[in-house]
This record gives sequence, structure tokens and C-alpha cells, in this order.
Amino acid sequence: MSQTTRTNAEPLVEITLRVNGVMRTAAAPARRLLSDFLRHELRLTGTHVGCEHGVCGACTVLVDGMPMRSCLMFAVTAQDHEITTVEGLAPAVEGTGNGTGTYTMSPVQQAFIECHGLQCGFCTPGFLTTITAYLQENPEPTETEAREAISGNLCRCTGYQNIVKSVLRAAEINRERGASA
Amino acid sequence: MKPSTFVHHAPGSVDEALAVLAEFGHDAKVLAGGQSLIPILNMRLAAPGHLVDINRIDGLDTIEVTADAVHIGALVRHAQLERHVGAFTHLPLLRQALLNVAHPVIRNRGTTVGSIAHADPSGEMPAVLALTSGYVDVASSRGTRTVAAGDFFLGPLESALAEDEMATGASFGRFPAGTGTAFAESTRRHGDYALAGVATAVTVTDGLITSARASFVSVTPMPDVLDLSDVLAGSAPEDGDWAKAAELAREHVDPDTDIHASAAYRRMLVGVLTARVLAEAASSATVSDATNANATRA
Repeated sequence: MSQTTRTNAEPLVEITLRVNGVMRTAAAPARRLLSDFLRHELRLTGTHVGCEHGVCGACTVLVDGMPMRSCLMFAVTAQDHEITTVEGLAPAVEGTGNGTGTYTMSPVQQAFIECHGLQCGFCTPGFLTTITAYLQENPEPTETEAREAISGNLCRCTGYQNIVKSVLRAAEINRERGASA
Repeated sequence: MKPSTFVHHAPGSVDEALAVLAEFGHDAKVLAGGQSLIPILNMRLAAPGHLVDINRIDGLDTIEVTADAVHIGALVRHAQLERHVGAFTHLPLLRQALLNVAHPVIRNRGTTVGSIAHADPSGEMPAVLALTSGYVDVASSRGTRTVAAGDFFLGPLESALAEDEMATGASFGRFPAGTGTAFAESTRRHGDYALAGVATAVTVTDGLITSARASFVSVTPMPDVLDLSDVLAGSAPEDGDWAKAAELAREHVDPDTDIHASAAYRRMLVGVLTARVLAEAASSATVSDATNANATRA
């Protein structure tokens, strides 16, 4: 980590992160939040920024597979960790999803489409990352557990009913794909 | 909604961190999980010139269960402690309370020691540290010391940490055999700040309550312990005078009115929650007491 100084500008730090399996390097001030680093420096604008104090959950990304608020972490601290953003959830291999074992959408994304789990879409990236990690920990949640799993994410459109359905449907898709694989 | 500028220090050892604090402590904050600190920085309620980011220090993420206590390092995340089987087995109150600390996503990053050092009266873990007669490991370039919970919390968001000191760990004391614990809080939404919360420990010996204590979340200026043994000692665990104990709890607390709830409502919640958790703790103490009795006979 080297610090360089520009005239009339705050010192920049060279920051290297592994994002969605790719090593990415960019210079940013030490105070750059991970959420802003992803969006501004790396142009990964799938991660959305809502409240910037950890309440809304829109900026949730996976850090070493665990969901965390990217607005409550500095990019400089996130070095040496594997970051997964919403852009990294869909399987790398594209396919038709016609039973051949290849899909364009991750199970959680597919469930949101099927269950109308989003309207404006602003909060969706945070829900997708949170639910993806949650289902790995609890592959067969009850409706109550599904509701609690998303309690840290705010949505102003859906009233949550269809998001809860999406969690349950995603669990089903996980099982279906696991069975057909 | 962006932090002000600061110099980022990423020490590789506790000694390096303490050296930075010795030099810049008057204008520095220690950054561990950052789930309380970074919101404060983002909202510019604080703008320290230096951040001492301890996340790269090895050896601070350990959990150790001994005969007397559960010891945790400064980088143990809430989620890690919550899932630790040994910590849960020997001090179930830890997980009982941790499940109420913010949302799971916040617990993945936030640290328990950080929560204690933050000394927020609405934090669950300061109340647990107080109830378990725990202590905080404190270090500075001048040396190390341990500070008992009762001396650590000085007021809302105010701890006994000097500006060149850092909390390197904390220890939660284990309860004597035959002790049951329970934790409950009331929130507007699961994971939000508690309107009121209560942690209790009830000890049962030979089928009768011998000790009962409680500590509170969001309704006292700092975590302190209310001893309810005078009202409950000598009662059978299924037959304690919970209403009388609840009344003492209501008198003990000093809640504020804010946009979420009035002081009177919070005080009412304290009574309801106290009666509920005491009964629950006493009932689990019975199980634990019986187990111990069987173990002694076996």
C-alpha cells in the first residue's frame, strides 16, 4: 500500500480487491467507503447506496461469502478479502436454463423474477446478496425464518410479501438445481 | 454522508497500534468492525484525524473458555461468538443476547469488544458484561490493565479508556452451577435498537432460588446490575414473586423519552420484560440445578 500525493488533493491509497473473482486495483482516499469504491472506482454500479449508515441494507455485498454492509466498511480495510457483488451472483456459464444444467440467473435472482420480488429494484441487490448467503446457512427456511432473514433490508415498494415468497422459492430452486445437477 | 478525511493506520501488531495511539490518541479512534463508528463518521458526528484500523492484527480473533470465564479478543465478530459452541454451552447468555444485537449482517462485521468499548447504553453486550461481572483488557504503550465492568462504563458512550488506550479483549464471567439466564428486549422491528431490554441470571440451589440479578438495555445511563435476591431468594423457581421484582426494576431504571417511545412506556416494558425473563431464567436454572444434582449423585 503506497501513498501518493497530488497537489491540492488528499493522499490516495492504492487499493487492490478481489471482486467477483477478478483482482481489481484503483487509487482512492483512505476514507473511500467500499460501496463508493465499487461504484466510483470500479464502475460496478449494481451495488446501490441508500442510507449510508447501515440501516437500509441496499449496499450489502458478500465479504468472503458473508453478507456485510459495504457502506460500513472502508475499501482500504476490505483488501485481502473476496468481495461478491450482485454482478457476481449469476453463474459465469450462460445457458438457457432449460434443464441442461446451465442458467443465466442465480436461484435467488430467478426466484425474484418468478415471484415478482421487486418493483423499482433499488433495494434488490442488497436483498439478493443477503438471501444468497442466508440460504447457504439455512437451506430450508420456514416463512417466519425467511421474514427474519430479510429484516435488515428495507423495501419501500413490495410490502415484503413477494420477497418472502422469493426466499422460499429460491430455496426450492436451489434444491431443484441441486437434484438435476 | 461521507466521512471527513483521516490518516489511515493499519498496524500489524498490538504494539504498533499502541505506538500510533501514544502519538495520535488525542485525535484518533480505533477501527475494528466499524458498525457503530463508521455511521458516526459518515454522519460527521465525529471527525478524528487518525483511524487505527486493527483488522490486520493477528491473534485478536480468539475465543477461549476457561473454568471462570469466556475470554474474547478485540476482533471476535458478534457472529463468531454467537456460533461458538463452547461459549454457548458454558455461558448461554452470550448467544441469548447476541441474537438481539442489530441484524445478522451487522453481526457478521461488528465486534463484541468494539460494542463494549463504544459503551452505548442501548448496546446489549455492555449489559451482559455487567451482569456476568466481566472485565475489559486494556492496553497502552504504558502497560496493560484489566478494568471491571462496574468501573469501565462511566456514562452514555463514555468508558474508562484513556485516549492512548485500546480494549484488546474482554472476559465474561461464568455463573455458578444451577444458574439459569434469559434475555429479552422489545424493538419496533427485529434487530433495531431496543426500546428496553433486560438480561437476568437466577441461581437455584437445592430447589430454591438463592440469587437473582438483572441488567438493562436502553433504560439506564450505563449498564449496571440490579440485585433482586432479597425479593426472590428462598422462593421455589416456579413460584417467585416476579411482580414484586418487576416493580423494583421499574423503580431502578431511568429511561428517556424520544421519538420511538415515552419514558413511561419504556418503564412499563421493563416491568413486563423483567417478570418474563426472571421466570424463564428460574425455570432453566431448575433444569441446570437438577442436572448438577444428578451429576453429583452419579
